[in-house]
Amino acid sequence: MDLTIEAEGLRKSYGTHTALAGVDLAVPAGTVLGLLGPNGAGKTTMVRILSTLLTPDGGSARVCGYDVVRKPREVRRRVGLTGQYAAVDELLTGRENLVLIGVLHHLGRRAARTRADELLERFQLTDAAERAARTYSGGMRRRLDLAASLVADPPVLVLDEPTTGLDVTNRRTLWAMVREQVAKGTTVLLTTQYLEEADHLAGRILVLDGGKVIAEGTSDELKRKVGDEHLQIRVREAAQRAAAVAALTAVTTHRPVLDDDGVSLRLPMGDGLTGLAAAAAALAAARVDVESFASCAPTLDDVFLNLTGRSSAEQSEAAA
Amino acid sequence: MTTLTVETSALVGRHLRHLGRVPMRLLGVTVMPVAYVVIFGYLFGSVIEVPDGGYREFLMAGIFAQMMLTNLQHTALGVVDDLGNGIDDRFRSLPIAGLAVPLARTVADLTRVVIACVAMAVVGYAMGWRTHTGPAQVLAGFGLLLLLGFAASWIGVLLGLRLRSAETVSAVAFLVIMPMTFLSNAFIPLRGLPDWLRTACEWNPLSAVVAACRELFGNPGTTGDALPMRHPVAASLLLTVALLLISATLAAHTYRAAARGR
Repeated sequence: MDLTIEAEGLRKSYGTHTALAGVDLAVPAGTVLGLLGPNGAGKTTMVRILSTLLTPDGGSARVCGYDVVRKPREVRRRVGLTGQYAAVDELLTGRENLVLIGVLHHLGRRAARTRADELLERFQLTDAAERAARTYSGGMRRRLDLAASLVADPPVLVLDEPTTGLDVTNRRTLWAMVREQVAKGTTVLLTTQYLEEADHLAGRILVLDGGKVIAEGTSDELKRKVGDEHLQIRVREAAQRAAAVAALTAVTTHRPVLDDDGVSLRLPMGDGLTGLAAAAAALAAARVDVESFASCAPTLDDVFLNLTGRSSAEQSEAAA
Repeated sequence: MTTLTVETSALVGRHLRHLGRVPMRLLGVTVMPVAYVVIFGYLFGSVIEVPDGGYREFLMAGIFAQMMLTNLQHTALGVVDDLGNGIDDRFRSLPIAGLAVPLARTVADLTRVVIACVAMAVVGYAMGWRTHTGPAQVLAGFGLLLLLGFAASWIGVLLGLRLRSAETVSAVAFLVIMPMTFLSNAFIPLRGLPDWLRTACEWNPLSAVVAACRELFGNPGTTGDALPMRHPVAASLLLTVALLLISATLAAHTYRAAARGR
């Protein structure tokens, strides 16, 4: 397998705070790896090391075969970075921002202009090309930032929380643009706090917590770790829950799990549609007044809760 | 063109565009220094007597030099600005020479003080300032001033990279600029001061530059006993070149070393 990004035992501390405590990763060419974790998990440190902005204290990393510490210039030629803050020059226009990056990549002024126009078109910024980036909305800025990291058409794209702070529409637009880039064969390393984002974009996910990898796999593999699909049932009155449990126990070998709210219960679902139908029929026969009845796949939030004992929101608070 | 030239000139272009786009920044290099010339010229000029030419001729070299020194703060604030908004990371992630980013900023800020010099010279001329030497000497005087401005700018890069906050930069810059300008011969003739204070002022590097410019412009007030005052041109050249070499080396090193920190 051809690995575009590889790292072994990366370590980094700031004073007494350990940001990375030995992280390995491997990203095959043309794939997307998502680094998922709360604030303070070490995601940004990882990104800064792989894009040569930071030197690790220990371990090693290579991008396209070049060591990030010994051959930073070669790595920089091949990595497009979109940082956590939209790093665009606010006083320059959208076009000027992209032309500047192009000239700095030694494309030559003429080719830099052509490339800028292509990217402005592709990222739906042509109408705003002559306006100062200061006047751009949050979504436009991120698009300009992403365009800036693609000026030299790098084989590797590193995205640090690319959609943090964006609304749903802008987030989806950006996702589509990232997927388009992946379709062209670009290898992507992406950090995110949004489980949905990792689920959506990344083929493989690395869950980071406290500078360590606590889980790794595809989105489905991670979900499977937490368990299969389950039935989420909510009765209208607390008194009816016991009846529901009795009815369900008669048709399945699984034990229902009672929630704290007194009216909800969860039933692991092993038998697919048949089990679903049997459960529904049993509840109807017992005349249980069911408020909601849904089949739920575990979310990555469940994964987080399961792996760390805390939800991703609690993790963020603890780190802040 | 070498790669460093291409990269630096592209980045200088960025800074010069900024200058044109923020009217307040243009005011900083035109109205402000001109106001200094007018206010100091009339205010101090009414109470301080300088023989052979008068206070306004005396003042100009001092006010030019002060302008050069304040370049330090301007550069440092610009550096802090770029560090804060992520654009510095963008530049660091590009395959460009490490020297290009700070070099572009100092060169652009030098252009800025050239504009300020022109504005001040015009107003000074209108107020009666004249040079009494040949064009070569006058140009040499301005060359020396710009050398000081360039060195101050590199000190600014160093301060900006080390302090990383606009408030701290402003405070430290004030602590450097204020004593340097006022404990010098920039605005006042030193002969009236107590001996110990006068000696301190005469050894101030800024005094050497100011004295050298007065000599090169043929303006009054170059007298003094300390060594730099007796050979102001040589002394100021030596001091500014040394200052430039040290600050540029340290600043370039600090810029490259930033990857080891945060």
